Amino acid sequence: MSFLVLEGLTKRYGDHAAVDDIALSVKKGEFVSLLGPSGCGKTTTLQMIAGFVEPTAGSVTLEARNLLAVPAAKRGLGIVFQNYALFPHMTVAENVAFGLEMRSVGKAERQQRVVETLALVGLAGFAERYPAQLSGGQQQRVALARALVIRPGLLLLDEPLSNLDAKLREEMQVELRRIQRTVGITTLMVTHDQAEALALSDRVVLMQAGRIEQEDSPLQAYEHPRTGFVCDFLGKANLFTVDRVDANGLTVGVLALPLPVGASADVRAGDRILVRPEKISFGTPGPGALAARVANRVFQGNHWLYQLQTPLGDALVIRQNDGGACPAEGDHVHLVWRADAMRAVPADARAAPAAVPPSLEGELEVRLMVDLPREDP
Amino acid sequence: MGSGRNAAYWLSAPALAVYALFLVVPIASIALLSFQNFEFYGGIQPGITLKNYREVLTDGYYWEVFGRTFFIAVVVTVLCATLGTFEAIVLHRMANPWKSVFLLVVLGPLLISVVVRTLGWALLFGSTGLVNKALLALRLVTEPIAFMYSVTGVVIALTHVLVPFVVISVWASLQRIDPAVERAAVSLGAGQPTVFRRVIVPLAMPGILSGSVIVFALAASAFATPAIIGGRRLKVIATAAYDEFLNTLNWPLGASLAVLLLLANVVVLYASNRLIERRYRAVFRESVA
Repeated sequence: MSFLVLEGLTKRYGDHAAVDDIALSVKKGEFVSLLGPSGCGKTTTLQMIAGFVEPTAGSVTLEARNLLAVPAAKRGLGIVFQNYALFPHMTVAENVAFGLEMRSVGKAERQQRVVETLALVGLAGFAERYPAQLSGGQQQRVALARALVIRPGLLLLDEPLSNLDAKLREEMQVELRRIQRTVGITTLMVTHDQAEALALSDRVVLMQAGRIEQEDSPLQAYEHPRTGFVCDFLGKANLFTVDRVDANGLTVGVLALPLPVGASADVRAGDRILVRPEKISFGTPGPGALAARVANRVFQGNHWLYQLQTPLGDALVIRQNDGGACPAEGDHVHLVWRADAMRAVPADARAAPAAVPPSLEGELEVRLMVDLPREDP
Repeated sequence: MGSGRNAAYWLSAPALAVYALFLVVPIASIALLSFQNFEFYGGIQPGITLKNYREVLTDGYYWEVFGRTFFIAVVVTVLCATLGTFEAIVLHRMANPWKSVFLLVVLGPLLISVVVRTLGWALLFGSTGLVNKALLALRLVTEPIAFMYSVTGVVIALTHVLVPFVVISVWASLQRIDPAVERAAVSLGAGQPTVFRRVIVPLAMPGILSGSVIVFALAASAFATPAIIGGRRLKVIATAAYDEFLNTLNWPLGASLAVLLLLANVVVLYASNRLIERRYRAVFRESVA
């Protein structure tokens, strides 16, 4: 049953549509992420649901109640802001109790619920501290406790983990999921970090330029992206344009490939083939093997990231760090992959030229690539 | 690190010298002067005496003057704090270009000499002045109110003159408030008045208190405004000291009045600073993260 329904939701600033006619249904207890690059409209959508921005058009319904008719203060949503927005002049306990005070909950019950919620987020014993005395992770938990203690119908998270360092972020991802599952609260999270969205969500909604590009479970969205944008944004992508299709297989440049399987079997000339870097391995020469030269390889701990030059353009390969021999820079190799590793992606209006260079999405990865010196490890 | 610390002293020597020359030396001379003996026929005599302090502290006239001065200072401080806070909050929420315009309007008085401002009030006050004319026309009073030469008039004029200080101080405090904090309060169910009372004012409180301290110190030592509006009869400490210096030529007595005012101000400033710091230390300590 749909718990939260967005229909035709639009926000225009002059001529520019920050959010352009989006429709979304969230089920009770579901964890949905709005994922996309800066400026895609995900934060604006969240703010419209929260009541801080007036939509230009469309409706927001929560449990069949028209949310837009209710002022922000009365919507009863739990919101965790990006910088936590804790009340600096109040202790942790007072911060968490604020929502209950606004609802005229009695002192004894307030105290009990505050203690319970602080225990739930793992901050028992921190009640009398001030926000300035807490670390980033602890402040985040207080913000979460403050939003949860009022037992809202919907929890809105605005890039909750973006201000934490990498290790803490991983820990908090696990914590967040645990808390959400324990409480069973319907959650809508906004993030630009795809790893976070994939890890936490029941469903991922990819947005670009104010529109929804794809909504799917994380695995489905990753394995079966439907547009070029989704391929690029989720994970790394190698996209090759198909020249010809016949009964036996595909012709991609000099490569003769078998037909892809499943839904992707319906591929046409002019479409693109997506092969994820982790699904490519170094193999022996053959008609389906792509000759390549290692331009650069980057060590990333549990895997190597290879950048290769091929007749079809640049390619990326991820090679597990399993202790075996790894090609070095300058080596000539052959890239092979299974037929079922290929996905057909339609050439869209915003298609790049034929040999699409695979993108290096993910700011963390890009930074790593730029910072690491080009030398043999 | 020995030479490091010495270097620090040497480097701050020029600033310390200026400070010493233009602040410490004059105050020290006044303090010394207050211990000297003054005879009506004969002028300042050599020798140290506490005669001046005894005279000030035992004469009912001077107690009245001190009482009036601090009463005015307290009332002006409270009025400035209230008005200034409201003005600063309204300014904070304004959109440009109005914001810049009104900021100029509020801070404009600071650009004009205090004497000119006060003379302006002198024009408005008075039984046939604009204020009384307006009150009579609106039938709020049946006869003109005596603003001139009254404590009320001094308080009103001083408030107008000193409010910008509170506005600046509170404004600075408000700029440091994260706007998301207000939204968080709203999302938790707080109406606008509650947001104001529970979030904005407490967070602006250090600014309000600092501004109040400045206003108190300036109001207690105010000279031009009480002199012009208060007239010859209503004395505050500054005008009483002026009297002693220029009329009676009893410099030591005037100096003792000045020293007592300085001490009172220092006590108030120190006490309120301690209070502010202690209350807000936990809130404004550097973040651990």
